[in-house]
Amino acid sequence: MAKISSVKPDSKIPEGPLAEKWTNYKAHQKLVNPANKRNLDIIVVGTGLAGASAAASLGAMGFNVLNFCIQDSPRRAHSIAAQGGINAAKNYQNDGDSVYRLFYDTIKGGDYRAREANVHRLAEVSGAIIDQCVAQGVPFAREYGGLLANRSFGGAQVSRTFYARGQTGQQLLLGAYSALNYQVNLGKVKLYTRYEMLDVVIIDGRARGIIARNLVTGKVERFAAHAVVIATGGYGNAFFLSTNAMGSNGSAALQCYRKGAYFANPCFAQIHPTCIPVHGDKQSKLTLMSESLRNDGRIWVPKKLEDAKALQAGTKKASDIPDEDRDFYLERRYPAFGNLVPRDVASRAAKERCDKGFGVNNTGLAVFLDFKYAIQRLGKEVVKQRYGNLFDMYEEITDVSPYEAPMMIYPAIHYTMGGIWVDYELQTSIPGLFAIGEANFSDHGANRLGASALMQGLADGYFVLPYTMQNYLSDQIQVKRFSTDAPEFVAAEKAVNDKIAKLMSIKGKRSVDSIHKELGLVMWDYVGMARTKESLETAIKKIAEVEKTFWSDLRIPGVADSLNIELEKALRLLDFIEIGKLMAYDALNREESCGGHFREEHQTEEGEAKRNDEEFSYVACWKYTGEGNEPELLKEDLNYQYIKVQQRNYKN
Amino acid sequence: MDKNISFNLKVWRQRGPKEPGKFVTYPMKDIPGDTSFLEMLDILNEELVNKGEEPIVFDHDCREGICGMCSLYVNGHPHGPATGATTCQLYMRRFNDGDTITVEPWRSAAFPVIRDLMVDRTAFDKIQQAGGYVSINTGGIPDANAIPIGKDIAEEAMDAAACIGCGACVAACKNGSAMLFVSAKVSQFALLPQGQPEAARRAKAMVAKMDELGFGNCTNTRACEAECPKCISISNIARLNREFIKAKLAD
Repeated sequence: MAKISSVKPDSKIPEGPLAEKWTNYKAHQKLVNPANKRNLDIIVVGTGLAGASAAASLGAMGFNVLNFCIQDSPRRAHSIAAQGGINAAKNYQNDGDSVYRLFYDTIKGGDYRAREANVHRLAEVSGAIIDQCVAQGVPFAREYGGLLANRSFGGAQVSRTFYARGQTGQQLLLGAYSALNYQVNLGKVKLYTRYEMLDVVIIDGRARGIIARNLVTGKVERFAAHAVVIATGGYGNAFFLSTNAMGSNGSAALQCYRKGAYFANPCFAQIHPTCIPVHGDKQSKLTLMSESLRNDGRIWVPKKLEDAKALQAGTKKASDIPDEDRDFYLERRYPAFGNLVPRDVASRAAKERCDKGFGVNNTGLAVFLDFKYAIQRLGKEVVKQRYGNLFDMYEEITDVSPYEAPMMIYPAIHYTMGGIWVDYELQTSIPGLFAIGEANFSDHGANRLGASALMQGLADGYFVLPYTMQNYLSDQIQVKRFSTDAPEFVAAEKAVNDKIAKLMSIKGKRSVDSIHKELGLVMWDYVGMARTKESLETAIKKIAEVEKTFWSDLRIPGVADSLNIELEKALRLLDFIEIGKLMAYDALNREESCGGHFREEHQTEEGEAKRNDEEFSYVACWKYTGEGNEPELLKEDLNYQYIKVQQRNYKN
Repeated sequence: MDKNISFNLKVWRQRGPKEPGKFVTYPMKDIPGDTSFLEMLDILNEELVNKGEEPIVFDHDCREGICGMCSLYVNGHPHGPATGATTCQLYMRRFNDGDTITVEPWRSAAFPVIRDLMVDRTAFDKIQQAGGYVSINTGGIPDANAIPIGKDIAEEAMDAAACIGCGACVAACKNGSAMLFVSAKVSQFALLPQGQPEAARRAKAMVAKMDELGFGNCTNTRACEAECPKCISISNIARLNREFIKAKLAD
């Protein structure tokens, strides 16, 4: 059992009725006057939707921003790969949408494990995000009349998703990148590309800078500021195979954790139901097929086990199985939402069918996503217009055309709802250290709805952090710029250099990737879609073995003070190991099933997730207690005052 | 099922921007056809690391054709032989048993080699910083539906906006011109009402920055369009020229 602290993290939720909290907060928060803003420096780590929008907005307000990313350009951040869309409660379709409904759907979709006040604020600012992006020149899809088009996404009964073909993330990120470029041109933002943050520097209990490694020269450098913002995304790559980019990592978040920031709900990881299945052990990543495909594609497996066996053996094709022998299991189990149930529900349903032997590919770990019916109903041209680029992508990877045969899909790790704990102001438990976007533990509770990641990243960056940060910075205006010669900076830099030297000196025989793959398999097999007490205890033991292998057998060729891609990966893997442990501890502690966290011991007779609101209606905040020690658990209680908490129902 | 193939990989190795580079040939055995090109390089790098040698450095990230980070000149083509695809979307089934596959970095004066196959493309960011935006701050924006934009116009702007900034156009061009890249951004804004107030300033500023950074001129060979992984049309270059001349005439 985890050691439980009696300290309750203070979420700083403003007083007042739900719909007035954010307005009241803004009306009464402290501000920084323009003349003082230019004397304050802010470090923003990450240039995805959250990081770029925050850096641009803070720069536009007059602060001096230092913006870091590991890639060669801010435009490469993995937000760029988001396909389907962004939610906003605009009610342009006149279909009954409202701020309240978006709030409600998000809380329900998150299986009642998110804060009401945060989620309501998210829904409130969602509309302004669309306005902002349109003004930047983001070419959203439009109707013939010239107004914006919408599509549906999982977990909602309204059409509130705005999109730019299958490249919404790309267009939104390029919009934020353009806003960032404007500020770079004006001299308000300075970019540091190909830099990786390796530590956060704390002076007198406040975050005052970072230690970062220049990835081209290998030099470890110090950067000071009045506040630090972490916008470095999620930690899904702990699983090695995920839909994340190769460079996506949880290291910046982990350094904050090691310096005392709480890490919240690490076990809440989203498994996306529609990814291209694993095909071999040389595979480097799993490609996501957009959730928007579930608008028109129908998911099925054979009704008869012998048909499934024949498909697995390759003696039958999908087209050999007549409609009456197809089990459209989502439509069968969830008539009201059908193929558009939330991701966690769709993923588990696929696993359930495959575990029973109904998988449709040679590994038995795939289900069909079929467009035959959409083509019959709409014609090939319309389907091509809607999904053409996704179909092309699928065909390039698998050599199969989705116009001719159904796609094969299987769930894969996609997004992490857990992350650095933040209060209502997006401040971590370390003063002056903020976390936004996927990097924080977020407004998605135990499960994120489709098209809500882009919404949250941009809400945090454009419309929340630029306000709440001022409340912190207002009493920092007398604080002079810190010298990076301060002993805290020297010590932090030395610790980083010592860690690097230790890694370089292992001189074992195993590549980073080979050990990372080992960790990934442990995570998928024991901390994956279905968890049990035994599997999680096994995971903790096995992760410790991986860690031992890492420290005894890792090999990094080359030198540390130069470009060294193996060293970069090793530093990240070290943190993925720690994250893996945290995920397992958290999953073990959470004796219930909710959202993306499914404990087999806790399910209804129909196999649905069974929450335990009596005991687990809280945010699990993990506090670092030193190398090799088990972390301490702090509980932030979730109080639902405006929504009736109930079992999620997508059936009727 | 895809077959396995064996081939020779001829890779450009270069320690740093000022150091001489050379081709090194690596024999590759039994690579499955459903391996992506970059996964094939991962396999080679794993072998190199296992021998204690330094791996081949190349840029890559999303591995789904959208981040624009991957590059590579494969058998004389930026992003290899497939059309409308990036290197990360290239699969080994496109090659034959016994092939020699040549891999080089982008070659352009404006993109100096950092190491091996990794090049410095910050020049692209600098061009965007010169004017690739609408000069607005956050907030105070009218409702998104306040400006109706015709579906055709929005679609055309989206075609231009699909550029991933990988630099294949520059690498493909015998003059090392960045015109396709610059014209895609200028076109996106020139087509949309949001881009109108600054259209003239934008075209001039971005072209001036492009010239300053050492990119060559456009001589309409259309190599950029042919090699662009996102099939950006050179009609954008015509639009850029028009925007540029219009701006200059108004001076």
